[in-house]
Amino acid sequence: MASAVAVALLLAPAAFANFITPKAGGSPNANKIDSLYKIILYIAAVVFMIVVGTLVYSMFKFRAKKGAVAAQIHGNTRLEVSWTVAAALILVAITVVTFVKLGGIINPPNSNPGVVLSASTTQPTPPNGKQVTICVQGRQYIWRYTYGSGCLNNYFTNKLPYSYQEMEAPAGATVVLDIQSTDVIHSWWVPSLGGKVDAVPGYTTYTWFKALHPGLFHGQCAQLCGRNHAAMTALVNVVPPAQYQAWLNQQQRLITQANDRVGALRQYLTQSGQL
Amino acid sequence: MAVTAPPVRPVRPVPQVITDTVVKPRQTKRWVEWVTTTDHKKIGIMYLVLTFVFFLLGGIEALLMRVQLSVPNSTFLTGERYNELLTIHGTTMIFLFVVPIMAGFGNYFVPLMIGARDMAFPRLNAMSFWLLLFGGIVFYCTLFFNPPEAGWWSYPPLSSIQFSPSGGQDAWIFLIHLTGISSLLGAVNFYATIANMRAPGMSWGRLPLFVWAILVYAILLIIAIPVVAAAVTMLLTDRHFGTHFFDPTAHGAPVLWQHLFWFFGHPEVYIMILPGFGMISEVIPVFSRKPIFGYKAIAAATVVIAFLATLVWAHHMFASPLPIVVMGFFMLSSFLIGVPTGVKIFNWISTLWRGSLMMTTSLYFAIGFIAIFTIGGITGIFLATFPVDWQLTDTYFVVAHFHYVLMGGAVFSIMAGLYYWFPKITGRMLNEPLGKLSFWVMFIGFNMTFFVQHALGLSGMPRRIYTYGPGLGWSTYNLISTIGSFILGVGILLTIINVARSLRVGKIAGPDPWKGNTLEWFTPSPPPPNNFDVIPRVRSVEPMRDIRRQVERETGVTQKTGGSERFARV
Repeated sequence: MASAVAVALLLAPAAFANFITPKAGGSPNANKIDSLYKIILYIAAVVFMIVVGTLVYSMFKFRAKKGAVAAQIHGNTRLEVSWTVAAALILVAITVVTFVKLGGIINPPNSNPGVVLSASTTQPTPPNGKQVTICVQGRQYIWRYTYGSGCLNNYFTNKLPYSYQEMEAPAGATVVLDIQSTDVIHSWWVPSLGGKVDAVPGYTTYTWFKALHPGLFHGQCAQLCGRNHAAMTALVNVVPPAQYQAWLNQQQRLITQANDRVGALRQYLTQSGQL
Repeated sequence: MAVTAPPVRPVRPVPQVITDTVVKPRQTKRWVEWVTTTDHKKIGIMYLVLTFVFFLLGGIEALLMRVQLSVPNSTFLTGERYNELLTIHGTTMIFLFVVPIMAGFGNYFVPLMIGARDMAFPRLNAMSFWLLLFGGIVFYCTLFFNPPEAGWWSYPPLSSIQFSPSGGQDAWIFLIHLTGISSLLGAVNFYATIANMRAPGMSWGRLPLFVWAILVYAILLIIAIPVVAAAVTMLLTDRHFGTHFFDPTAHGAPVLWQHLFWFFGHPEVYIMILPGFGMISEVIPVFSRKPIFGYKAIAAATVVIAFLATLVWAHHMFASPLPIVVMGFFMLSSFLIGVPTGVKIFNWISTLWRGSLMMTTSLYFAIGFIAIFTIGGITGIFLATFPVDWQLTDTYFVVAHFHYVLMGGAVFSIMAGLYYWFPKITGRMLNEPLGKLSFWVMFIGFNMTFFVQHALGLSGMPRRIYTYGPGLGWSTYNLISTIGSFILGVGILLTIINVARSLRVGKIAGPDPWKGNTLEWFTPSPPPPNNFDVIPRVRSVEPMRDIRRQVERETGVTQKTGGSERFARV
C-alpha cells in the first residue's frame, strides 16, 4: 500500500487529479484549498510510509523463530518524548501553513478590471468593495438565485431577476453569495468554486468565488434535506461579463412578461367570477 | 462457603483454581437462568451475542445501500427507503453495536482482569443489558411502521414534527434514552468496580491497559450521555409540547442542536475506539512475547485523549455558521488529539519491535488495525484543517475516514479481541487457518470498499444521496466500493462460521492457551461462577507471567499451555 501511495503521488498532477486531491481550478479559493490539501498530503504520505513501513518490516523481521528470544524492553523515555514532540511539531507546521493560506481562502480578491457590475456592503467584501451579489436560497429540493445587491431583504418585492437550479455568473468578477434556507438545513457546494457553506434557516451565511474562466460547474446540496436530497443539484454557468449582463436583462424581461401575463389572467379570472 | 479447608497440596504445573465441594443450587430451566442471571460473564456473553446480531442487521442495511449506489440512476431503493436505511444503519452501528459490544467485553473481562468475583453492582449490570435490548426492540419495531429518516445525527428542522411527522423519529429518541440509561448504569458500574475491587497489589500503575481503557470509556460516557439525553428531550418537547428550542421560525436555533449533539457525538467516537485501543494493547504484548512498550505513556495517552475528546466537537460543524476564531480553536484541539493517538501507534509498533511474534489470527487483526487506523488518523488531520474540511465535509471522504476509524479501527480490534478471548469465554479455540482467511478477506474487502470512497468524496460526491447521474465520474468508484462491501461481508461471515463451528468442535483451550499476561488466564476456561477461589497478589502489570515464572522456578518444569506451541515453534 505504501508503494501504491508513492506511485499515486508521482502521477498526482495528471491521472489522479480528483483521485487523491479535491476538485479545483474554477476559483482562487478552491485552488488555495487544493494547494493546502496537497501540502498536508505530502506530509501525511511521509508519516504513513514511515509508520506502515516500520510495521511491515517488524512483522517479517521479528516473526517467532527457533531460538529467538523477545527483548524485554519496557520503554525508552527519550524515544517516547522525542516522537511526541515530533508529532506535535508536524501539527504546528500544518497549523502555520493553514493560517498563512487562510486569508486567500476566506477573503475575496478584487474583480478583474472592467467587469465590476455593482457594489454591496454585505460581507465578505473584496478590498475595493465592488462585487456581484447573488442570494442563494435553499428549499426542498431546489436552489433559488436572486441577482443583485439588496437581494437579501427583497426576494420578491424588488423585482430583481432570479433563476432556479442553474446560476449564471460573470467570469473574472468577485461573486459574493448570501446563503439562506427557507425550510431545513441545506449546504451550498460547487466543488470547483470553493468549499461548502451550510444554508441554515434563521441564519445568513456567506461565501464567494471568482470564476477564473467561463464554464459549467456542477454542484450539489451536501446536507441531508429530505427524501429527494439527491435531486437538489446546482449548476453554475460562468459566462463572459457582457453575456452575463445580457442574460440578466433577458431574464428580467422574461420575468416581467410572465408576471404581466399572470396579472392579466388573474384580472380576467377575478372579473369573470372564477377566482 | 461451606467447605472444609483444602489439604496442603503440591504446586501444580498449570496454575488453576481448585474447586472443592460444590453444592449445586436447585435446578432451574436454562433460559430462566439466563434471563435472571446477575453473573457478569453471562451478562457479558448476552451483550456480545446481542450486539453481534445488531452488527449483522446494520451490515445488511449497509449492503442494501451499497447495492442501490452500485450503478447510477438505480431504482432499487427510493429516496425514502434509502434515508430510512442510512438512519437505521448509523444508529444501529453506534448505539446498538460498537458502544455496547465494548460494554460486553468490559463486562466479561474487567472483573476477571482485576481479580474480582463480579461487578460492583451485579443487578444493575443485568438492568443495563435489558435496557439495551428493549432500546433495540423499540427501535427495530419501527421497521413495521415508519422508520426514522432524518439520519443518526437528526438535525432539526429536518427532524422536527413539521418535516418528520412520523413516530419513527420519536422511537429514535426513545432508543437514545434507553441505550443512554443502559450505558450510564454500565459506566457507573465499571467505574465503581475498577475503583474498588482490584486484586491486592493492583495499584493504578498495574492496571491492565484494557481496564484503563474501560475506565476512561466509562468516564466519557458519564460526561457525554447526559448531554445527548437533554438534547433529545428538547427535541421531543419541540416535536410534541410546543417548545421552540431548535425552531428557527420562533427564534430557536438549529445550530444549538448541532453543538449539543456533537458535544456528545465526538466523545462518543472515543467511547467507541478507546476500548479497542485497550484490546490492542493487551493482544500485542502477549503475541510479541514482550512487555508493552511505554505502559505509562499508553495509559496517560488514553486519559489525555478523553480530556481532549470533550473539546473538539465543533470540527463536525465547520460548514455551519461559526466564527473563524472558533473554527481555529477546534482545528487546534483536533490536531492536539492526534499527538496522544500517534503516541499509542508508535508504542504498539515498538512493542512488536524485537519481539518474537506469534502470528495468530488475533495478531493479524491487531496489525491490520494499526495499518488501517493510521490511514483513518491521517485523513482526520485533513478534516481537522477547517479550510480543507470545507471541501471534504459531508462527502464520501468523511464516510471513508470514519469507516477507517470505526469499521477498520473498532471492528478490527473487536475481531482481535474475539480471537484472543474466545478460548477463555467458551473453553475452545477458534480455527486459526479459517480465522486468517477471514482476516485477509475482510482486509481486502474493507480497503476495496472504503479506500475508493476517499476518491469519491474528492471528486465531488456528497454523502447521503440515494442516487446520482452518470457522467459525473463516480460510477466506477461506486461499483468497486459495492463489490468490496460484499467481499467484506463474506470475510465477516467466515468468522461467524468459525465461531459456530468452534463452539462444537474447536480444540479444547485449557486455562491459558496464549501464555497471557493478565489474571483472566489464571482461571479455567470458561471461568466458574465467582471466578476465583484464591485471588493472587499482583506484583506487576503482568501478574499471570509472574505466576508462570514462579511455578517454573519452584517446579523446574517449563510451562506448556494448551495451544500456543503450535504457533510459537520454540
